[in-house]
Amino acid sequence: MSSHSSDAAVLFRNVTYGVPQLAAPILDNLDLVIRRGETLVLLGESGCGKTTTLKLINRLLLPSEGTITVEGKSTTEWDPIRLRRSTGYVIQDAGLFPHFTVERNVALVPQLEGWPAERVRERVREMLSLVGLEPDSFARRYPHELSGGQRQRVGVARALASDPPLLLLDEPFGALDPLTRSSLQKEFRALQRRLGKTAVFVTHDVREALFVGTRVGLMHAGRLVLLDSPEGFMRADEPHARAYRETLKLGDGDADTGNGDRLSGAAERTE
Amino acid sequence: MLALSTEHLMLVLISTACAVAIGIPLGVLLTRRAALKRPVLALAGILQTVPSLALFGLLIPLPFIGGIGARTAIVALVLYALLPVIRNTVTGIEGVDRSVREAAVAMGMTDRQVLWQVELPLASSVILAGVRVATVISVGVATVAAAIGAGGLGTYIFRGLRMNDNTLILAGALPAAVMALAADWLIGLLESRLAVGRRRGAAHGRMFAKRHATLLVLSAAVLVVVIGGVVAFGVWRGSRSSGSSDGSVEADAPFVIGSKDFTEQIVLGELIAQVLEARGLRVERRFELGGNLCHDALVAGQIDAYPEYSGTSLTAILKHAPLTDPRAVYEQVRREYHDRFNLEVSAPLGFSNDFAILVRGDDARRLNLRTVSDAVPHATRWRAGFGQDFRSRPDGYDGFARAYGIRFSGQPREMDLSLSYRALAAGEVDIIAGNSTDGLIAALDLTQLTDDRRYFPPYEAMIVFRRDRFARVPAAREAIASLGGSLSTEEMRRLNYEVDGKKRAARDVVREWLQSEGKR
Repeated sequence: MSSHSSDAAVLFRNVTYGVPQLAAPILDNLDLVIRRGETLVLLGESGCGKTTTLKLINRLLLPSEGTITVEGKSTTEWDPIRLRRSTGYVIQDAGLFPHFTVERNVALVPQLEGWPAERVRERVREMLSLVGLEPDSFARRYPHELSGGQRQRVGVARALASDPPLLLLDEPFGALDPLTRSSLQKEFRALQRRLGKTAVFVTHDVREALFVGTRVGLMHAGRLVLLDSPEGFMRADEPHARAYRETLKLGDGDADTGNGDRLSGAAERTE
Repeated sequence: MLALSTEHLMLVLISTACAVAIGIPLGVLLTRRAALKRPVLALAGILQTVPSLALFGLLIPLPFIGGIGARTAIVALVLYALLPVIRNTVTGIEGVDRSVREAAVAMGMTDRQVLWQVELPLASSVILAGVRVATVISVGVATVAAAIGAGGLGTYIFRGLRMNDNTLILAGALPAAVMALAADWLIGLLESRLAVGRRRGAAHGRMFAKRHATLLVLSAAVLVVVIGGVVAFGVWRGSRSSGSSDGSVEADAPFVIGSKDFTEQIVLGELIAQVLEARGLRVERRFELGGNLCHDALVAGQIDAYPEYSGTSLTAILKHAPLTDPRAVYEQVRREYHDRFNLEVSAPLGFSNDFAILVRGDDARRLNLRTVSDAVPHATRWRAGFGQDFRSRPDGYDGFARAYGIRFSGQPREMDLSLSYRALAAGEVDIIAGNSTDGLIAALDLTQLTDDRRYFPPYEAMIVFRRDRFARVPAAREAIASLGGSLSTEEMRRLNYEVDGKKRAARDVVREWLQSEGKR
């Protein structure tokens, strides 16, 4: 294990997470290595434990059993504030602060970290450009003055602002219309190729999973039932993976789909 | 009126500031300690359902926060104002979008940073709405504070109610209403600015404007709290000299004279105050205290003396059944006050404020009526009008009708006491039960029928005072003693009429009387 823990950004070892109100654990004995620089997609239905897995990484939750190691250190040993500031976090409806301008939202972590004002301002402009928002016209707007896609771009910019080595994304594009989602997926994949961050990406959309992920972890009822490359996923015998593949063939089986280019995106990756 | 309005405004400002200073941190705490939320909100809710006069009464005997005067009023007002502030703080913070809060935590903000940079700014308009409600409540409840000598616009309202003077009632009620509306409008304005600043926005200058607005609210709140604190400290310092419950008051502290909240009491309170002053003693007046607050305040050492009636002491304070022999009543009261409260009772002042059965002077002369028994044969043709008090008291109507076997034409009408005088004079009723010393008796040419069967218990006026306080100052004892037997019923009627009927100041009326009597 120690042989490859150097290239493991995050390590789950026998991790179980439960709450007293539920008899069955939300996460059941999870073992998982997240490699440095990969984009691992956690795919599964609602309640399968994928978001819980994500929250265990930046210590929004602590495990009932087992350990999660981030950068060689158990999350229980990390100062939670330090851990979170070195981990980018993007959530479904962006979670932007409505009373902050775009600029202040993006500047949040650098400012918490006490960067000099000039450097913060530069960084904000850089990040906004990176996510395709013209800094001059967007910096001083408020979140409610943006479209859903623009808000999500700001969310990504905010997560990247302090240049964290690890990025956590919880259904980041889930609330967007299909066209916007598609273009953001493409941009995200391009960005990932350029930045080479370690990313954990949660989704229930199999097309999205196959398109953005370098590996796909399929979860069901608190367990990781398959962990493979997108190509491997397309060939796997695992019954849930097969069920997901069925929805791809039907094309309209998933209420969230209806956008064919993601299938071709997955195909593109398999080439 | 300006002075009372200022007093009122001060009560409201100080208490709202305290409620904000306590309520917001407490509300924040409740969002952090879920187990405390329910019990604390329930307690604050219960506090708000306690009738205000009752709450004031309950606070009187408490050490430090109790007593009479502004301090107690502020404590009560704060208790009332707490609920909206706490509840809106909790609601406001809990109303912050879950995803926003989750993002804040996930970005690595500390709890303090989440609170100050995210939760409080986003909850500010809801919290402000709570402050707004609290302020408006305080303006209203502060009018009741006059009953415990805290002053404010309620002084006019109570005085107006007592004297049946609508102008006076309005003089208190209108400024209070204006104040409530103004507070509501001003805070509402601030509130909507906050909400607008967040919802709508011009493209530039917003970041500054937003910071500016939050800063403005915070600094305004701090300012109010600081001013409130300074003024409250002043009030506390001011009331400390008189407020001590163990009797260990410095020798040169003023004598604090109380009175109940009707004209005769104020005249008598003034009388006590002026005979003490005539002997070079310093006096502080705490007049117009509602209900039995005078007694409670005296026992608690908040006041040193006040005028009382032997029958009231016997039934309302010592809780005995009514007696009819004046001597026996006085002696029993004197003895029990000494034993139970360590209080001394002066010699009777010379008059009693009994129930008085009154008829029009015309009727009395025409039918040659002197006693109640004389009136019994005529009563079946008369309509009677009685105050609520007379209808309901154990020594009131039921026993009276039985003792004399008197019957009226139809059921007696129940009406406000002061209105019954006017109704009698106007011929709408033919017989009423008033107070024997009421100035209106002479002014409206009414005749009091003698209680020939001695049904009514005696209400001899006397002064109740703190033994230990007066023992050390012989001149003060002397002053009290000098008032024994000095006022006849007719004289008291006249003095009351000078104040009630001629609208003169009690202070002037008493000064003249003392001069004419050669007592100063």
